[in-house]
Amino acid sequence: MPGLLTLAYLIGSITFIVGLKMLSNPATARKGNLIAAAGMFIAIAGTIFLYEEDGARLHNYGWIFGGLFIGTVVGVLAARKVKMTAMPEMVSLFNGMGGACAMLISIVEFDHLTNGTTTISITKLIKDAVGQAALSGDISIGESFGNPTGKYLIILLGLIIGTVSFAGSMIAWGKLNGKVKDFSFNGQHIVNLAVLAAIVIASAWLLYDVHQQFNSGNGGWTSYPSNTALPDIQFQSMRDTGLINTLFYSILALSVVYGVMFVMPIGGADMPVVISLLNSFTGVAAACGGFLYDNPVMLTGGILVGSAGTILTILMCKAMNRSLKNVLIGSFGGSTAAGGGAKVEGNYKEINIADAAVVMRYASKVMIVPGYGLAVAQAQHVCHELEKLLEEKGVEVNYAIHPVAGRMPGHMNVLLAEADVPYEKLEEMETANAAMAATDVVLVLGANDVVNPAAKTDPASPIYGMPILEVELAKMVIVNKRSMKPGYAGIENALFFQPKTSMLFGDAKSVLQQLVAEVKTL
Amino acid sequence: MTAILDFLQLHIEMVYIVILSVFLGIEVISRVPSVLHTPLMSGANAIHGVVIIGAIIVMGKAEADNYLALVLGFLAVILGTLNVVGGFVVTDRMLEMFKKKK
Repeated sequence: MPGLLTLAYLIGSITFIVGLKMLSNPATARKGNLIAAAGMFIAIAGTIFLYEEDGARLHNYGWIFGGLFIGTVVGVLAARKVKMTAMPEMVSLFNGMGGACAMLISIVEFDHLTNGTTTISITKLIKDAVGQAALSGDISIGESFGNPTGKYLIILLGLIIGTVSFAGSMIAWGKLNGKVKDFSFNGQHIVNLAVLAAIVIASAWLLYDVHQQFNSGNGGWTSYPSNTALPDIQFQSMRDTGLINTLFYSILALSVVYGVMFVMPIGGADMPVVISLLNSFTGVAAACGGFLYDNPVMLTGGILVGSAGTILTILMCKAMNRSLKNVLIGSFGGSTAAGGGAKVEGNYKEINIADAAVVMRYASKVMIVPGYGLAVAQAQHVCHELEKLLEEKGVEVNYAIHPVAGRMPGHMNVLLAEADVPYEKLEEMETANAAMAATDVVLVLGANDVVNPAAKTDPASPIYGMPILEVELAKMVIVNKRSMKPGYAGIENALFFQPKTSMLFGDAKSVLQQLVAEVKTL
Repeated sequence: MTAILDFLQLHIEMVYIVILSVFLGIEVISRVPSVLHTPLMSGANAIHGVVIIGAIIVMGKAEADNYLALVLGFLAVILGTLNVVGGFVVTDRMLEMFKKKK
């Protein structure tokens, strides 16, 4: 009953819209996620049991359920086991899986369209031909199947976007968990552009060739009876498939190269933006599948994510005061390598655990600035412990959350929420900055670029213009870091050399544990 | 050119869906607080897993002797499922942590 499937897809599309809407409000977010998941389930079940093409149901149920089972088990395990710090990597990895899925679909559909033969019943053929004859007064068997150029275009788009998203996500995943290092060479942007141009040219060539073959009637769409006794005719859609196949697989290879090269030079500070962008890419690739199969739920789901993901990407860029174009060209890594930003020299002073504990215990207002160092050390629980301890002793403790602290926007919120830090204690950047002057001690935990004053003072710095947490306004700053090494963006931080700043070296977790023990004795 | 125009005409309803969905996506997202950026990205990530439907169709149509379609289709189903299931579960885990807030 095809009507039922249409209904399933309609429900799916609506739940995606409602789900996304609810996801953007803290009170309804969790429900929204579940609603979208329910809609997805309905759409998938509907496809499995109700989908029909030319009156034929799907088969290979064993394979389908096998794949669904393996994917579900692995997916649930991976998602349940992953640590909160590794969340951004996980999202990137799942995103890559979606991109790879779109890529594989395109390969199979391309192969089917180009190298496969289609068997069509004479009855349907005559029906089509007669219908066409009535319209145009002229019968052409090939025409009744339509020009395949558009279909090739959609397949190519799905292939290119899906593959770039897959390859890029894998690199982003490797970068976030430290397996892949930043890599760039002179003129990389030119090479990237050349690869992109090659992809476009090869695609245009392929489409042109398909179009020519179709128009000349030379290769494609020649019919030959498979068996004269049977009323079925087999068609090979393209006769001259050599060039088309070569071009297609070259485009596939070039897309992999482009995806890798696209993410490779982009520095860490931009990784959230890149993941969000690749996320919207995969959405568009899914939407290409929607076009290919005339499938409304794939189309709405894909395009929604594509546009919402793009907006999210732009919001993130805004938070860092950089343009999307700037990020895309990857100038961050480039300008840093070229020595952008003034060299910061000077002496810094260290503080020991006991002194730091005393200073914080007898302060009246403490502000904690969490960063990636906190996340990587899994120190959110002990951080909350320190906060509670200080509060018990009458110190007012709050958290200043920079929108792009950590590796993803909202990363710190999620992390601290995991440790049961009350929501009211998390202050957004504007509020926190306003309170900074009245703060006695700022404790910076593994954050660097988001408190770097160069963003305000040094026009040559790659992060110039990014809004920062103005911790230097407070009376005293204690910075916990593992070493003096620059942060993820690779820029020196003048804050560490200021007279009111003291450095407290060590892993965030062990430092916080020692601080807790120390404060308890005071 | 005519081929593209023909294709456009053949799929004009889809083109309308695309354009309206673009604006809908922008509208739905534009007022999200930064606290929810990560879960939202993750949720959107799960939703584009809808590409699994394409994988199921590919798999379900594959003839028994078409090994390319069978193998790649099977892989696509696994990867698509990973995207959907993993995406929704991770998002739920993130949002679970917000539940104690009013």
